[in-house]
Amino acid sequence: MPEPGLEIDAISKRYGTVVALEQMTFDVRPGELFGFVGSNGAGKTTTMRIALGVLSADAGQVRFAGSPITHETRRHIGYMPEERGLYPKMKVGEQLTYLARLHGMSAADAKASTERWTERLGVAARRDDEVEKLSLGNQQRVQLAAALVHEPRILVLDEPFSGLDPVAVDVMSKVLKEKAADGVPVVFSSHQLDLVERLCDRIGIVRSGRMEAMGTVSQLRAGGAVRLLVDAPQAADGWAVNLPGVTVLGRDGAVTELELADGADDQVVLRAALASGPVREFARKLPSLTDLFRSVVTEHHHEEAAA
Amino acid sequence: MSTPDVRMSPLSGVGLVASREISTRLRSKAYRISTLVLLVLIVAGIVVLKLVGGSSGPDATLGYVPAAAPLSAPLTAIGNSVGQDIATQPIADEQAGIAKLKDGSIDALLVQGADRVHVQVEKDLDGNLKNVLTVLAGRVAQNSEILAQHGDPAKVDAAVASASVDELPPLEKPYDYDSQQLVLGIIAGILIYMSLLLNGQSVAQGVVEEKTSRVVELLLSTIKPWQLMAGKVLGIGTVGLIQMLLIGVVGIGAGLGTGVLTISVSAAVGTVIWLVVWYLLGFFMYSIVFAALGALVSRQEDVSGAVSPALMLVIAGYVVGISVLPSDPSNKFAEILSVIPVFAPTLMPMRLAMGGVPVWEAVVSVGLVVLLIPLLIWLAARIYRNAVMRTGAKVKLRDALRAA
Repeated sequence: MPEPGLEIDAISKRYGTVVALEQMTFDVRPGELFGFVGSNGAGKTTTMRIALGVLSADAGQVRFAGSPITHETRRHIGYMPEERGLYPKMKVGEQLTYLARLHGMSAADAKASTERWTERLGVAARRDDEVEKLSLGNQQRVQLAAALVHEPRILVLDEPFSGLDPVAVDVMSKVLKEKAADGVPVVFSSHQLDLVERLCDRIGIVRSGRMEAMGTVSQLRAGGAVRLLVDAPQAADGWAVNLPGVTVLGRDGAVTELELADGADDQVVLRAALASGPVREFARKLPSLTDLFRSVVTEHHHEEAAA
Repeated sequence: MSTPDVRMSPLSGVGLVASREISTRLRSKAYRISTLVLLVLIVAGIVVLKLVGGSSGPDATLGYVPAAAPLSAPLTAIGNSVGQDIATQPIADEQAGIAKLKDGSIDALLVQGADRVHVQVEKDLDGNLKNVLTVLAGRVAQNSEILAQHGDPAKVDAAVASASVDELPPLEKPYDYDSQQLVLGIIAGILIYMSLLLNGQSVAQGVVEEKTSRVVELLLSTIKPWQLMAGKVLGIGTVGLIQMLLIGVVGIGAGLGTGVLTISVSAAVGTVIWLVVWYLLGFFMYSIVFAALGALVSRQEDVSGAVSPALMLVIAGYVVGISVLPSDPSNKFAEILSVIPVFAPTLMPMRLAMGGVPVWEAVVSVGLVVLLIPLLIWLAARIYRNAVMRTGAKVKLRDALRAA
């Protein structure tokens, strides 16, 4: 039994007749980076707002370290709202110090922490500038600093990578990894699936307010069908059509893409390819998170169409 | 990694929000300039009053040609009996008189003879002067009739002059309003009105600023809506109070210093204290409402529309006060309104500065506002909590009240 971190337990939320969240359940363990993906309107932001106490849930519970989260323990959360926002006419340094103090830090600690994080995120030179005078990229860095300045014990970030330049993406990724390495549970939502795949220990795919699939990238892949790429230049068209449990997805020049049904033997495929002549490449194609995401979303479209 | 201590009392959250409001506002150029301008206006107004007050001349100056000379003495006497200070000066002939009329050194010219009143003016005859002249004309006609009946006009005049009204003691002793206190009342009314208008609006604008910049979501993840609202109201209220005290003290000080104000120091201090008390009561009552109404909208352009229902009440009280009280300080309608909580903050300080407010009225009006404030806080907190996170279209008041 792993040590409990942030637990979202069967949260439901309705707006009139619209169901925003239905029994949303997942947990983020200490030291884990959890990626939260889903289409727009799937319920990611609503879940995060409920975790932060900005919205109230109709049912369900949010727990931290095993006990229900309270107004006091929420102060340990570092939050980056989807709707970015800081006081436009307040100076960067004062603003971060103010936010740190609202989280319960003493004036001296808040000031020291502001200095540390502005330096770490490369906006130290702008501490005495008003936020509205900063470029959009620098405003994003200040926003991240606002989530980190009170040394949170949980990080909840809504779309932290949107609108960042590649350098800032690297800075952000590094910071998140470091925080996780310190034992902080980190959950963030993103539409940049390649980034989520690269960074996250576990991923949750949300659809229509429900958690549809959750696990490590390899666990999620395990559920999908195996795909093969075979580069056999001398093989005739349709060389693999009659192999047992094999579906030909397409051929691009010498490369044929195949999908294997459950229990189909890839060695049979290899022998058939070798029989046609030389085989330059024979590889399992791992489905990307994008493919997995599409299959989760489209599966349901079919179900809904059939229903 | 050591965990920072995050236990924080609810009030320290309010204090943090309030001190942010105070420090950002006190440092803002707009605040400093507007305070300075108000101070300069007040001091300049007092200096102007001093200059104008020093050069008080007669109410009217009449010239008379030699033939009309007998009219001069009765004219001054009649003027005195009705409270008009009329100066007269002899003029050689009508030509010279017309020249003086044109250059404005006399207001009217008596011409022709003394058997009838013939008056020449440049444009029109002042109403008060016309009354005096009408009485004079009557006296002239009367005298000629007395002479025709062989009587002695001088005896009649003496009898008339000695006649007076026997004034019985009034059934109810009226309050003797001091003209300076009336002016103080008007100034108190204007100050309270402007403060409520400016500071109340800036509470609403501050709420919308947080909504527009979306910083409110970050703030509400650390403190509760009521803390944010209370901190904002307290902070802006303090800033407004500093401004009000500065204006009150400088204004009264300059008034007493230049000698324009001759009321006692204790009355002046009393006025400032009442001003501060009513500013605080009025500000808290209205700014809580303004905060809730401001939370309904998401754009600065919509603020004035959202707060206008509450603003109307402030304006209504002020308009009644400023249009009725200076000429009729004991007006019954204004007296009743000044005890009703929504109008009290604008009307009561004016009446208190003018004087003559029964103690029970002052106590009841303060008490009612003090009772109303907790109710308003409860209502406003509910509206604010439900509306402040909803951006986009204006939230309907009914929805904000209903949503749990």
